[in-house]
Amino acid sequence: MSLAETTSAPEARARGPVPDRLRAPWEAKLKSWESLLLVVAIGIFILNSFASPYFLNAWNLSDATFNFTEKAMIAFAMALLIIAGEIDLSVASIIALASTAMGLVMEAGFGTPAIVATGLATGLICGAFNGVLVTRLGLPSIVVTIGTMSLFRGISYIVLGDGAFRGYPSDFAFFGQGYAFWVISVELVIFAVLAVIYGVVLHKTNFGRAVYAIGNNATGALFSGIRVARVKMILFLLTGLMSGVAAVCLTSRLGSTRPSIASGMELEVVTMVVLGGVNILGGSGSIPGVVIAAFVMGLVTFGLGLLNVPGIVMSIFIGLLLIGVIALPRLWAKLRGKA
Amino acid sequence: MRDAGRRVTAARSYPPQIKTGPIMGTGQGPVAAQGAVLALDRIIKTFPGVTALDQVQLELHAGEVTSLIGENGAGKSTVVKILTGIYQPDGGQILLDGQPVSFPTAQAASGAGVTAIHQETVLFEELTVAENIFIGHAPRTRFGLIDTAEMRRRAGQILSSIGAEIDPGVKLKDLGIASRHLVAIGRALSVEARVVIMDEPTAALSQKEIEELYELVETLKAQGKAILFISHKFDEIFRISDRYTVFRDGQFVGAGRIDEISESDLVKMMVGRSVDQIFPKREAQVGEEVLKVVGYSHPTEFEDINFTLRRGEILGFYGLVGAGRSEFMQSLIGITKPSKGAVKLEDHVTIIRSPAEAIEAGIVYVPEDRGKQGAILDLPIFQNVTLPSLGETSNRGFIRMAEEFALTRQYTERLDLRAASLDTTVGSLSGGNQQKVVIAKWLATRPKVIILDEPTKGIDIGSKAAVHEFMSELAAEGLSVIMVSSEIPEILGMSDRVIVMREGRIAAELEGEDLTPETLVRHAAGIGVKGEAA
Repeated sequence: MSLAETTSAPEARARGPVPDRLRAPWEAKLKSWESLLLVVAIGIFILNSFASPYFLNAWNLSDATFNFTEKAMIAFAMALLIIAGEIDLSVASIIALASTAMGLVMEAGFGTPAIVATGLATGLICGAFNGVLVTRLGLPSIVVTIGTMSLFRGISYIVLGDGAFRGYPSDFAFFGQGYAFWVISVELVIFAVLAVIYGVVLHKTNFGRAVYAIGNNATGALFSGIRVARVKMILFLLTGLMSGVAAVCLTSRLGSTRPSIASGMELEVVTMVVLGGVNILGGSGSIPGVVIAAFVMGLVTFGLGLLNVPGIVMSIFIGLLLIGVIALPRLWAKLRGKA
Repeated sequence: MRDAGRRVTAARSYPPQIKTGPIMGTGQGPVAAQGAVLALDRIIKTFPGVTALDQVQLELHAGEVTSLIGENGAGKSTVVKILTGIYQPDGGQILLDGQPVSFPTAQAASGAGVTAIHQETVLFEELTVAENIFIGHAPRTRFGLIDTAEMRRRAGQILSSIGAEIDPGVKLKDLGIASRHLVAIGRALSVEARVVIMDEPTAALSQKEIEELYELVETLKAQGKAILFISHKFDEIFRISDRYTVFRDGQFVGAGRIDEISESDLVKMMVGRSVDQIFPKREAQVGEEVLKVVGYSHPTEFEDINFTLRRGEILGFYGLVGAGRSEFMQSLIGITKPSKGAVKLEDHVTIIRSPAEAIEAGIVYVPEDRGKQGAILDLPIFQNVTLPSLGETSNRGFIRMAEEFALTRQYTERLDLRAASLDTTVGSLSGGNQQKVVIAKWLATRPKVIILDEPTKGIDIGSKAAVHEFMSELAAEGLSVIMVSSEIPEILGMSDRVIVMREGRIAAELEGEDLTPETLVRHAAGIGVKGEAA
């Protein structure tokens, strides 16, 4: 308590060449958060298949993926943002605004390409707005995006009031209701492609390395020649763009726009990211973790749905799951430490 | 079994240094804790893959100062953590008044009267001095609320007992560095202490404050407290200690009374080799002009800085703390913007607006604050080293890890970095090895100019010598070096030329015979100097 933890710790005493690694990469992976989460996912899958006779059905399982695909698209970009030490709580409101903009374009008589472009552009503009406030003015992102959360959805309420946009062109349904082949939905394909892209960007590129460096120590990263403000700006743009993609998919799936669309989704996205093992304080986390977390959340929601559990009770389960999965390793370590 | 072999060799190397006393050699019978308030008997502490302490001995006596001496990584910090209940030993005994005790928690240690003044005690900006001193054990009223009046009264007593004139009611954020340090000491003394551990207490202090600290140590001695003193500065070790104990690589090397040993013998025990040439100064092969700074100014920090730097030169920057040296250097690499002035690098006027542009231009900066600016402590060594060179180790933005390890190996081996592996975090290394990682990181960018800001602050003698030797090598290879340092021996020993800064301006440029400790101090402090540099 009054004793500060100093950083100096034991040194290897051995002389001679320093090895690259002490543990092989696969060994580290085996003991990782992602492995634990995978076990949880498999467990829930097995539980579900016992709990409901309707679970093990290709079409039902395919339906289950809609529970997470849109959220996960945003969660990938959000994971990078949170690893870099920032957050965007306005994502669900960006969906509302983007969907409203798409509705306006549709009402004006434009076709599907223009509608999609509008959704994506609105997302980008919203992300740019957040990014400029955070990186140029140096405001804390949590405050900025709580503000824009009200702002973006507020605009949507002013435009729509009690009303709704309906009557999207039939080919627009492709994104949210279409299937690539057999039971594989278009959304699931978009999800998988984005998962690969974000995984590669975060884990295999210099940009991803910069994201980790900034999240661990932004000052140190700046002194090391990382363009910190630029990287953060790109991350806000990506998060906005992904919200735009999610807006296209969700609007297409629902076939209509109301100002209350996707309300509360920002917390589910953040939950998914944290469940996936991303440190909410920044600095660590992985895309595979977020992918598995997406499946865990989708399976839990779907399983409970098959058992006719109401939505409000479902959120209790998701909350307990989050706390449980995060507390479990800590508890385990404590118990082992005492034994 | 290699350890056993090493121990024998070590003992044989230093027969004259190991004095007969209550503690002698390693692995012998129980310590005869005659008169020792606190003793460590054959303490073992291991971490995964590493033995941090291997059967070490330590005795602290009432009314005496015992200096614990060793290079970084010798196990000093681990001992402090064991004594203060943060780590638990894996073997051996802690003896308090000859009775075995254990300190399972920090509270248990302070309850037994062991208190520590740390390298960086955590203080709270928004709390008052009294609250900082009594945080966690504030006196209570009968309703269980904090008794502010009593707390301030007692804080005032503690502060005046250490000769500090600080109002216990002011907030910490309104105090200067020196006063904060006294508050930290006050906090350590607010528990009924029998044993006071001082872990590099003078590292951040000015000469005057250091003198005051020595007086405080004398006061504590007179009160009969046993003091464990940890320092890298030999002059103060010899000045204030009564006894010494030397560790090397986690092992006990020797102990005795300080007046029975010479400085050079102590250094030999500590490093296991003689450090004759602390400053490996080679003849300067100074070449053509590389960097020229003209009229560099900043609204508040510095003004009208002009100088040139030549190839293969080591240019020292001396000055008191707050003279604006670091601020100027950080402005050179684009952290802060100058209000006016120009930089010419190899005949090209260069505008540097960010560290990224500085790296591209070939100017790199090794900051003084390793933990915050120099390294990213939670990332592995290799990722730290390659961070500014990612363009080099990657292929179109994609990471090539084999290249990263190769580059890291190339530079860390030259610096004799010691670590368990290249993928361990930088934060787990000692200060000296952390500094080696930071220097390796900047050399890997193959710069034209390297700025080293207090490159050997807080690192042990062995690492210090390695850094100095390396600096000489770099200069000999044609790199231009700027070294900011507040240590006069280092400035004198390493620099070809020295610029003295005072209150944000260049006070003097000294070279050759003008370069003496006296001229440096006089220019830095603004005392009149005859023959002021034209």
